[in-house]
Amino acid sequence: MMYRRTFLEIGGAAAAAAAVGCGRKPSTGTRTVKTYCEMCFWKCGVLATVRDGDVVGLAGNPDHPLSRGRLCARGFGGIAALHDPDRLKTPLIRQGARGEERFQTASWSAALDHSAEALDRVRRERGPEAVAGIIHGQTAPHLHHLLHAFGTPNIAEPAYAECRGPRDAGFQLTFGIPVGSPECTDIANARVLVLLGYHLGENMHNTQAQDFAAALSKGAKVIVVDPRFSTAASKSDWYLPIRPGTDIALLLAWIHILLAENLYDREYVDRYAIGLKELRESVAEATPQWAAGVADVFEDDIISSAHAMAAAKPAALVHPGRHAGWYGDDVQRSRAIAILNALLGSWGRNGGFLPPVSPTVPKYPLPPIRESSKPSVDGTGTTYRFATMKRATGMVEGTESAKPYPVKAWIVGGSNPLQSIPNTAQTHRAINRLDFLMVVDILPAEIASYADVVLPECTYLERYDDLHVGAFREGFVALRQPAIEPMYDSKPGWWIARELGRRLGLSAWFPWANYEDYLGKRLEGFGVTIDEMKQRGVILAGGKSAEIPLDYNFETPSGKIELYSKQLADAGFDPIPRYTAHPQPGPGQFRLVFGRSPLHTFGRTQNNPALAGIQPENEVWINSRAAAERGIEPGSRVLLVNQDGASAGPARARVTERIRPDCVYMVHGFGHSARGMRFARGKGASDSDLVTRYAVDPIMGGTGKFVNFVRVEKV
Amino acid sequence: MARYAMVIDLELCLGCAACVTACQVKNELGPRRSRARVAEVASRKGARLHLNFYSERCNHCADAPCVRNCPTGASHYAEAGLVSINRSRCTGCQACIAACPYSARYISAEGYADKCDFCGGREPACVANCPSSAMYFGDLDSPASEVARLLKTRKSRVPRPESGTRPHVFYLTSRKQERA
Repeated sequence: MMYRRTFLEIGGAAAAAAAVGCGRKPSTGTRTVKTYCEMCFWKCGVLATVRDGDVVGLAGNPDHPLSRGRLCARGFGGIAALHDPDRLKTPLIRQGARGEERFQTASWSAALDHSAEALDRVRRERGPEAVAGIIHGQTAPHLHHLLHAFGTPNIAEPAYAECRGPRDAGFQLTFGIPVGSPECTDIANARVLVLLGYHLGENMHNTQAQDFAAALSKGAKVIVVDPRFSTAASKSDWYLPIRPGTDIALLLAWIHILLAENLYDREYVDRYAIGLKELRESVAEATPQWAAGVADVFEDDIISSAHAMAAAKPAALVHPGRHAGWYGDDVQRSRAIAILNALLGSWGRNGGFLPPVSPTVPKYPLPPIRESSKPSVDGTGTTYRFATMKRATGMVEGTESAKPYPVKAWIVGGSNPLQSIPNTAQTHRAINRLDFLMVVDILPAEIASYADVVLPECTYLERYDDLHVGAFREGFVALRQPAIEPMYDSKPGWWIARELGRRLGLSAWFPWANYEDYLGKRLEGFGVTIDEMKQRGVILAGGKSAEIPLDYNFETPSGKIELYSKQLADAGFDPIPRYTAHPQPGPGQFRLVFGRSPLHTFGRTQNNPALAGIQPENEVWINSRAAAERGIEPGSRVLLVNQDGASAGPARARVTERIRPDCVYMVHGFGHSARGMRFARGKGASDSDLVTRYAVDPIMGGTGKFVNFVRVEKV
Repeated sequence: MARYAMVIDLELCLGCAACVTACQVKNELGPRRSRARVAEVASRKGARLHLNFYSERCNHCADAPCVRNCPTGASHYAEAGLVSINRSRCTGCQACIAACPYSARYISAEGYADKCDFCGGREPACVANCPSSAMYFGDLDSPASEVARLLKTRKSRVPRPESGTRPHVFYLTSRKQERA
């Protein structure tokens, strides 16, 4: 992250434009609107201050369990997102070739008619399954409902296979329940917190950052495993700068120590778990000495950190992380993390994992939807048996290969598959196979350049979305409601979905006159009126998480924690995680790893004038010695070229001892090329352009992305 | 007599920059300005790396060069040691900007010198919002205040002590780093 010792950029076109708008009219009074945030996926409670029809203030809602009166840096960027001059302002219909970014402005009725005709043609010619959706954020539920009613099984979010899917599968296989979002971790009460590549504080999840600080102030010990000396590493008591790709070896060694030295929670394991004998046999050879060699960390650190975990058990939390799509054996790594937690007795214990609670809010009563009899094209349910959601990467694969059947149209909403899905060349080839591509978004990101129709969605401050029924340590229901009317000719996602649905003969599944009607009906079953909900913003309900009882029944086939997984064995996979060596970079190469900044969300905020003002570009982190060998100095412009000749950049080099010499790191989401994003275009490098290869997790189809090797060239 | 001070715990600061954008929004500065910033400082102690984030702003110095060097008296001391700017008396001459060793000031779009005003002495937006609760604000002269207690019980430092400005923003140093 750029933290220069200067204040934000002063002057420039944007500042001048803002200054012109500063001649304020006398105020007609202010009001506060309670809603929830969409600057990332965490959905914190927000108090929006509205004055003279404009949003002038944002604050964290103190009553909301995810924000507790505080917002992250990005949250405050909501106002700049609202006022971003590059917002999509009106529907667009493509004029030039795909990618040429030549569009004709259109009325909503023309754009929707055009879209409905194109989608209907695909449906008539090939069936509804030939339409796929790649969607994200709170736009997703509306489009998901539309696509589901339309009759396609091909609906995916890049939040699953590409991100937390492998982790959730690993925990589901072990404990019978995924980690969930927000994670059901009790960080604040952990006495030892273990983070593997999980850069808490940089991946700014508000509640987790608050909990992390609470744990630190209570004296929690922190063990950080990361090839990069992260912010979290700077707070740590043990820092293990691991060789990328070897986490499973380290985890197995920790398990080995707990078992060999009899340091595990025996009573807990006897009561709740099965497969200890098999586990013991499986890790017998995984000595700390062996792991130290494999992972390139000190044996003493492996042993002493294991002892620290054991001393703190059960409040020893080995965090499962979130973005888990690394090397293609990510379910097994997550299984190893889950098993380690089981040995520490931390699942179902304060300071570990607490099963989430949530209130029951009925769905809006609708006629049943006839499910498609065809499999989805992404391989879930057939090849990837343990997937619980569809694979966005798989939708691209299936579209490109036209197997098991052709996909001829995409609906993309709130996502930019040219960044969020690896192998952009494959994505381009898939797009070339489409008869129709519709994009619903706020900004004209790269995917919009290839769209046949672009539909401008309004920002979260201008719209209703579905209720957020929170599954967390405290149950809650939160409302997204507009603070102001939509600006320009933008529309809420729910309206776009309904209007398309009506044009596609799906009116029966979109009976609501407006979204208050929809929300009111759902809330009726919850015992609250829409007016009360609008006034309160968030309602706590559903109780609080608690430690599990002695007779707790895990939702696994055995009802126990499955250290040994018969489910995996039966499917032909390792029932207990094993370490497999991954290729390491060759001479002159670095492994490319990437992560998050607290100022940006995916590729969705780089054009935000407020957030770009603080962090306008990403940097390529490169080890000082490796940089010196190449004549690269701090701030040098460097180009990255991967093993397949794909390149990204130039971007500035961040020459630092804070990273191993065998990898380079950058923050994901930069290097935009879309002409319509004036603040983001050409800033920094796109890691996505370098991820030409990915390793698919055979268990659930996860997308492992840290498998590319790059050269770094000074330009 | 009251003396306002800000205390920031380096042990807890995650460098998330929420202070920067909270300030921007609370003070309605527009999308490209803030009166706060975060500086990231990495260092090495033997084999160990140290990393600290400094959330920075006007230090409301007890001996403020900006006040001394202001030709019109626009920069002045208000109640409780707050270094304040009388906008109508500011000519935008930038003498204060040149004098400040902390680069804490800038010329606003309206032409006057601007900077952090500790949100007028109420709980500043950055402190109230800090996700990691690393920031404290209060009266240094009130022994019961959290800021006074923290400065008594924890080691702290101020930026550029050699400039003799006696800043009123204090950073509590990391005990883990000192032990290491």
